[in-house]
Amino acid sequence: MNAGKKPCLSGRGVTKEFGFGRNKTVAVDGVDFDFYEGEIISIVGESGSGKTTLAKMLLGLINATEGDIFFQGKKRNIGSHRKKKEYWKSIQAIFQDPFSSYNTFNKIDSVLLDCIRMRGGGRLPREKKIELMTEACSFVNLKFEELTNKYPFELSGGQQQRLMIARIFLLKPQILLADEPTSMIDACSRTTILDTLMQLRDEIGMTPIFITHDIGLAYYVSDTVYIMERGKFVESGTADQVILNPKKPYTQRLINDVPKIYEEWDLSTV
Amino acid sequence: MKHTIRQVFRSGKFVVGFSIFMGILLIVTFYPLIIRDAPLKIIGQGTFFAPGIYVNVYDSMGSPHYTILLDDAAAKRIADKLDDDDRQAIKEWLVAAGISEDAIEIENTESLLDLWVNNFDPTTRIPGMTNADRNYYIRLNTALDGLLSTEGAIVASVNPETGALEEKGVIRQTDYVNVNQVPNVRVLPLGTDNFGRDVLTELVQATAVSLRIGIVAGLIATFIGLVLGLVSGYIGGLVDDVIMFITNLFIVIPSFVLLILISFSIGQEQRGAFTIAVVIGFTSWVWTARAVRSQVISLRNRDHVNLSKLSGHSIAHIIAFDILPYIASYVVMALILQISSGILAEAGLSILGLGPRTTDVPTLGLMMNWAMIYQAHILGKWWAYFPVIIVIALIAFSMNLMNTGLDQVFNPALRD
Amino acid sequence: MGNAVLEVNELTTKYITRFGENIYAVDHVSLKVEEGKSLGIAGESGCGKSTLALSLMGYYFPPLYYTSGQIIIDGQNISGMDPDEVRKAILGKEIAYIPQSAMNALNPTQRIINFIEDVIEAHKPYATKKEIYDQAKSLFEVLGLPAEVLNKYPVELSGGMKQRTVIAISVILSPQILIADEPSSALDVTSQKMVIKMLRNLMDSGLIKSMIFITHELPLLYNVTDDIMVMYAGQIVEKAGAHEMVFTPIHPYSQGLMGSIMVPESGLRDKKLTAIPGVPPNLKNPPSGCRFAERCKYVMPECRVTSIPLRDAGGGRAYRCILPKEFLMEAYERERGER
Ligand SMILES: Nc1ncnc2c1ncn2[C@@H]1O[C@H](COP(=O)(O)OP(=O)(O)OP(=O)(O)O)[C@@H](O)[C@H]1O
Ligand SMILES: Nc1ncnc2c1ncn2[C@@H]1O[C@H](COP(=O)(O)OP(=O)(O)OP(=O)(O)O)[C@@H](O)[C@H]1O
Ligand code: SF4
Ligand SMILES: [Mg+2]
Ligand SMILES: [Mg+2]
Repeated sequence: MNAGKKPCLSGRGVTKEFGFGRNKTVAVDGVDFDFYEGEIISIVGESGSGKTTLAKMLLGLINATEGDIFFQGKKRNIGSHRKKKEYWKSIQAIFQDPFSSYNTFNKIDSVLLDCIRMRGGGRLPREKKIELMTEACSFVNLKFEELTNKYPFELSGGQQQRLMIARIFLLKPQILLADEPTSMIDACSRTTILDTLMQLRDEIGMTPIFITHDIGLAYYVSDTVYIMERGKFVESGTADQVILNPKKPYTQRLINDVPKIYEEWDLSTV
Repeated sequence: MKHTIRQVFRSGKFVVGFSIFMGILLIVTFYPLIIRDAPLKIIGQGTFFAPGIYVNVYDSMGSPHYTILLDDAAAKRIADKLDDDDRQAIKEWLVAAGISEDAIEIENTESLLDLWVNNFDPTTRIPGMTNADRNYYIRLNTALDGLLSTEGAIVASVNPETGALEEKGVIRQTDYVNVNQVPNVRVLPLGTDNFGRDVLTELVQATAVSLRIGIVAGLIATFIGLVLGLVSGYIGGLVDDVIMFITNLFIVIPSFVLLILISFSIGQEQRGAFTIAVVIGFTSWVWTARAVRSQVISLRNRDHVNLSKLSGHSIAHIIAFDILPYIASYVVMALILQISSGILAEAGLSILGLGPRTTDVPTLGLMMNWAMIYQAHILGKWWAYFPVIIVIALIAFSMNLMNTGLDQVFNPALRD
Repeated sequence: MGNAVLEVNELTTKYITRFGENIYAVDHVSLKVEEGKSLGIAGESGCGKSTLALSLMGYYFPPLYYTSGQIIIDGQNISGMDPDEVRKAILGKEIAYIPQSAMNALNPTQRIINFIEDVIEAHKPYATKKEIYDQAKSLFEVLGLPAEVLNKYPVELSGGMKQRTVIAISVILSPQILIADEPSSALDVTSQKMVIKMLRNLMDSGLIKSMIFITHELPLLYNVTDDIMVMYAGQIVEKAGAHEMVFTPIHPYSQGLMGSIMVPESGLRDKKLTAIPGVPPNLKNPPSGCRFAERCKYVMPECRVTSIPLRDAGGGRAYRCILPKEFLMEAYERERGER
């Protein structure tokens, strides 16, 4: 099914270890993957399975202990600060915990202005910038006039998370690593926001990579689902294959644990 | 920000510490504006004048005299002149002259003098008394006679032409002057020191100088520690290794030893207060650097720093805007501690005689040093050193209080 | 009917921003939680759920201010009480609160037992370390948490374990009522399930008498709580039993919420989930009429005129809309059938 598509991000034997000796944790354990351009990918797994660690390696925020990461078919080279900056123009992220993602000393405007500057719009007239920011906010059901001049801690958790997503609409990266992007957003806005993200993907050919616990969401949005267990991908395939007909007991257990509303939810299994 | 400051001022500990410190600061600023004496001016010819009000005797003769009749004035005067040794000697003589020991009350000046006036006879020979002793008693008797007389004293001056004494006036025993009308009265609340300098004036300036030394030293130490800590914590790798190596060197050699060595090698004459402050600053940044570094290491992997990276900010920008504000409260607390330990370090150095040169300005340490050299503590001249200790303790105490207060506000244990 | 552990009448609270604007994040909210019952709160993000939680506890620290209304906890009226007093007398003992994202806010340099010591010492200054440890250990055993956790640092715990530990810490003083603000949103399904099991266990064993659970995960609410309350722009828009709320929502906004539940079933990908376009009103100066009017597909001119009261819908249900419930329920059924 991936014939003719180019992988935009691949990994071979990517490994990350934390600590030494007795305290050593292998957070990501030699994973191989090819994420194809334009495809929607979900990575699902228990907490502590290494999803965030993998995302940080893909973003170049931490170095892999071992293994190679390939970006657009070539081995990734982000040695210098300048190259990193260039790399981050094409790959962006939404972090897991919105409460700790913002510098509490900076106003919200500066978060969005940084994005405009990053896209080379630093010299745009002020009205144009405000227009851009207002538009980005409207994609995530926020009103810029209500946010301007506020500090992040004056927003609710969900509003902070939406603002994080609004950045993406300004940055328009090729690859988006979204770590639990909608965990604090109500079901209804979640749908709206996912839909607009999908529109953005269609417009600019972005490759979104969702990292999530929400199996319903993974199933709803993604083309390919990767299941991660203790630093390894144990199962992968199309959403229908993996989520409706899981092969591995680990995946089966995860899916079984999803809270049910149409049938009895068996609490005795944990 | 405003809210945090309000919270800081709600912390009882901080407020107490802050008030003490501000009090000291106010005194230090306003005292010199009122008392305009040079603090190191020697005013007293002699050492260690006790605290008190000093009234000019010459002026008091010239000021209006008032007659006040007080019954116990004479008794007090005599009591003041008769010291314990004299009383003991009188008792011995009376006992030897056959007065019963029970009748002699050594503390009761009046009855003792009565006995003496009625019984003393210079011609009485007492067995075992040397000639010197006899002369002493005769002298004592003459002195007491003078005291007991109710005559005033005549003040005379020498006529420059004739060389004869001319009577200027009589001072009677019942004459008083109003202190307010005497043009020259000097209050020495803490007396004078061994050089005859007013201790209070000296102490106020010493406090000011010591605070300045502490602040300069604290600023230097905090600045160096902050920069090194930020750089080594954030950049890590080889830079971190080098900085940590230097830091560890400084830890192996205790900074006070280093301080002594540097201070010693500079030489007494080159050591001004500012030099000492700089030296203290340069030797005490170590723990600030380590503490800042460990804070930075825990901050540098936070998501807000990652977000800043992803937004294309430079390392300098990230350090300045994403790391520094988060440790600012911590740095303020470190600065306060550094100031107070800088003051103590200066005191320590000066006590060892390695402080700033003694000719320009006093410092708290130098005052302690002088008091020690001139043995104020052995001679019981408490005013020369005790107030200094109190001031040092107050400064250290107030700064530590402020620090704990800040700590409670900035690092609350899991809020609820 | 059990007796009410918590009763709130017409509570209104506001944030005063740095610019001096009033933001009424909780607007005339009334609710009642009875002994042995649990209440779920869902709603648009930013509609005031977390603020309601803070307000319920009398936790009025700037910029949050109490405006009007009554809060009665266990027969004691705490509205208007000094927040510092409330913190000492009520928090932890009467009401326990788990803030949103609490598990990420644990001080990384302290062991779990230190947090427990802090909590207990605030109320029992003379408790010895040994007593505290024993008390914590027995609680952890009851809740099925390993006692070794007590000596670990937060970073050494997995997300699920950390969240369960936070819950255990917060109920150590056996409060009447536990308020959990999105305790499960950062957890994987298995850990979520364990947290839910633990919360149920807490209720069943009588360690807490009642619970308020705030989350966006509607299937979870459905499985945990007896009643569900939906909030929109600072107001309650619908109250109902959990089952009724999930299957037969009345208010157009609740309908939108329930219609966008994602359950991994084969039909989901082809289904068009409800998306409600538009933005909730600014709480600084909300519209005088229905606050949902801008986004409602049934909106009529009358909706925008006066404020819409909460209407009784029978069976303990209430909703805030001028349309009759039959009409709304039928419309929902029809739509669901279509999808
Ligand atoms: N900086 C670090 N130092 C040491 N260990 C770490 C560090 N970061 C992560 N780990 C460990 O690596 C493992 C994987 O963590 P990671 O955060 O990637 O998990 P995750 O899948 O994102 O979990 P969650 O769903 O809870 O976010 C965990 O065991 C964690 O304890
Ligand atoms: N400190 C503050 N100053 C001013 N306004 C605030 C402050 N905190 C929250 N708000 C505003 O109050 C409203 C309610 O916020 P609250 O945190 O209660 O929402 P919430 O329902 O818990 O949302 P979420 O589900 O996203 O957590 C929001 O519109 C928010 O912008
Ligand atoms: S009152 Fe009108 S606008 Fe409001 S929800 Fe009902 S129909 Fe919609
Ligand atoms: Mg994670
Ligand atoms: Mg909230």
